[in-house]
Amino acid sequence: MPKIVTGLAAPLPLANVDTDVIMPKRFLITITREGLADGTFADLRFDEAGEIRSEFILNKRPWSQATILVVGDNFGCGSSREHAVWGMRQLGIDACIGTGFAGIFYDNARKNGLALPIVFSKDRDLLLQLAGRETSVEISVDIEGRVIRAEDTAIPFTMDDATRSGLINDVDDTRDTLTYADAIRAYEATLGAGMRVCVIK
Amino acid sequence: MSRTLYDKLVDAHKVCDLPDGDMLIYVDFHIMNEYTSPQAFSGLDTKDLTVWRPEAHLAVVDHVNATRSQEPHDQASKLLIDNLEANCVKHGIAFYGLGDRRQGIEHVVVPEQGLVAPGMLIACGDSHTTTYGAFGALGFGIGTSEVEHVLATQTLRYKRLKTMLVEVDGHLPPGATAKDIIMKIVQVVGAGGANGYAVEFAGSAIRAQDLPGRMTICNMAVELGGRAALIAADEKAFKAAAGRAHSDMLRYDNEDWASEPDAEFDKVFQIDAAEIAPLVSWGTSPDQSIPIDGEVPSVTPEMPPKTKAALIRALDYMGLEQGQPARSIQIDSAFIGSCTNSRIEDLRAAADILRGRKVADGVDAIVVPGSALTRVQAEAEGLDRVFVEAGFDWRSESGCSMCLAMNDDIARDGERIASSTNRNFEGRQGRGARTHLMSPAMVAASAIAGRLADVRDLQRETD
Repeated sequence: MPKIVTGLAAPLPLANVDTDVIMPKRFLITITREGLADGTFADLRFDEAGEIRSEFILNKRPWSQATILVVGDNFGCGSSREHAVWGMRQLGIDACIGTGFAGIFYDNARKNGLALPIVFSKDRDLLLQLAGRETSVEISVDIEGRVIRAEDTAIPFTMDDATRSGLINDVDDTRDTLTYADAIRAYEATLGAGMRVCVIK
Repeated sequence: MSRTLYDKLVDAHKVCDLPDGDMLIYVDFHIMNEYTSPQAFSGLDTKDLTVWRPEAHLAVVDHVNATRSQEPHDQASKLLIDNLEANCVKHGIAFYGLGDRRQGIEHVVVPEQGLVAPGMLIACGDSHTTTYGAFGALGFGIGTSEVEHVLATQTLRYKRLKTMLVEVDGHLPPGATAKDIIMKIVQVVGAGGANGYAVEFAGSAIRAQDLPGRMTICNMAVELGGRAALIAADEKAFKAAAGRAHSDMLRYDNEDWASEPDAEFDKVFQIDAAEIAPLVSWGTSPDQSIPIDGEVPSVTPEMPPKTKAALIRALDYMGLEQGQPARSIQIDSAFIGSCTNSRIEDLRAAADILRGRKVADGVDAIVVPGSALTRVQAEAEGLDRVFVEAGFDWRSESGCSMCLAMNDDIARDGERIASSTNRNFEGRQGRGARTHLMSPAMVAASAIAGRLADVRDLQRETD
C-alpha cells in the first residue's frame, strides 16, 4: 500500500465494536474472500427489510465516501474471522484509527493492507470531532512517518516496525517465511520424539 | 532474569528472529474448522505451495453443521463441509467429519483426544484457542491468512506479548463456578483490558479448579482481549492430558511449565474468590455482568458521557430498564452448549439442577453436547433422559450451534436467551437476539423459572 493514505474520515465512536457487528455470520458461509462489501457493518447500514438506515454515519454525506474510520476503544474484538477485514477493505476502508485493537483483528489487518494507527485517547477524541464535521475534513495517515495530519495538527501514532514494513512493502508473508526453510528444518531437528505431533486419521 | 511461563513457552518455540522485530515460532499442532480455512487452502493452490507437515494438523467440522441430524441443513453449509473434507483428502490431513465418533467442537475434541499436553504451542483459526492454556500449553487464535502460513511453513510470525497475572485466591462460595470466576475477571479487567497481553491465571481458587473448569476460564480469556491464557501445569494437568488416544506420543518435558517464583509481570490483578457470586451478563459486551441477586445498572450523574451513551445503547438493545432486578428478566429460551461449557462436567451440573423439575411453559430449551463422545458418555449416565424429561431438546449431533448461530439454530429478533456460551454481542445468536451469559447450572435454573434465576435457591431445595 502507499506510504501515505489520504482520505475522508468518518467517526464511529462506539466502544467494543466486535467482528460479529463488522461482519454478521450470515455472510460467512462462503469459500472465497470476495463479495463481502455488502456484509460489512450490515446490521448498522441496513434495517431488517434491507432498507438503508439513513441515520448511520456511513450512509450519510459526505461520510459515505470515507476511506478512513476513527473508532472507539477495543475495535475488532471477538471472533478471529478475517472476513471482517476483507469486508472493510472491499468497502474501501484503508485505515482505521483507534486507541487499541483486538490482537487477532490487528494481525489480520496487516495481512490485508488495512492500516491501524494507535493513538492516545485525547487525540482519538480530537480526531472524532474533526471527522464529525460536515465540512469534510481530509485526514492523511503517514505510515512511514507514523504521523496523522488533519488540518494544521500532526498527531503521532504507534505501529510496530514489522506491521509498518509489512503494510508498506506489501510482502507475501508465507512466501517470505519459506526463505527461512533451513532454519525451520534446523529447529525441527532439535525436537525430541514426543514433540512431533502425528494426528491419527 | 526469572521467566514467566509465557516466556518459557515462547522461548521454547522460537525458530529465529526476523529482521523487522518479529520472530518465527514453531506450531506443534494446528486445528482447522470449515469456516475459517477454505481461503487458506485456496491460497496454497494459488501460490502453488504444499503443506509442510500434514500430520501436525487436524480438521474438525463444528461451526456450521446442524445438530439435529448429520445431514447439512442447507446447500451453503454442505459446501463448506465438503470443501474442508476435499482439502484434507488432497493434502493428507486428518479430518473428523459428521458421523465420525471423534467429531465435536474443536476445543472439546482436542483435549478428549489427548492432543494437548503441557508445553505445546497450538494454533487454530478460532479465537477460543486460548482454552489450551488450562494445560500449561500456549494456544491462540489466528486469522485465515495465518492458517495458510501455518499450513505452508508450520510456523507463525510472532511478536512477544506483554504479561499479565490475575490471581484469584480464597474459597469460591456455593453456587459459583469456573464460569463465574472468568466472568468476574472479564468484569474487573474489562473487555479490552488485556489487549496486547498474555494472561496467566494463578492463586488458590484457580488451582482448586479441575481441568474442565480451567478450560472454561482460559477459553473466555479472549473476552478480555488476552491473546494467550495460561495456568501453570501441575499434577492435575498432566493427569488430564494422559491416557487418551494421542497422549502416549506427546512429551514436552524440556521445561518445568510454570512461572519461576520471582518472575515479574507487566500488570497484576488480584481478586478475592469469596466475593464471586453467580453472575449473569445484562448487556452486549462480556464485561457487562451483575450478580444474579443484583440490578441492571443505572445512569449516574458522575458518569462520563461516553459511558452513559454506551449503557443506554446496551439497555436499549437488550430491552431492559435501568435498575431492573436481574431476577425479573423473563426469558424465551435456554441454551447449554459451546466450547466454553458443553463438556460432560457441564452437562452433569445442569442435569443436577433439572432432575425432577420441568422447564417453564413457553421456554424453548436446547442442549448440544460438546462432542460425539461427550454425548455417548452423557447417554451412558442417563443425562439425556434427565434433560428430555425436564423439557430440553437433547441434540444428537455436536457443534457450536446457537453459540454463534451459523447453523439453523438462529434466535428470532428480540428473543431472550439464557446461555452457557461466551459472547453476548449484538446479533451473536441471531439478528436482534438478546443473550444473557451464565454457567450451565444457572441456565438450567433459569429455564425452570422462565426468568433469570438464582441456582442457589434450587440447590438449597435439593439439599
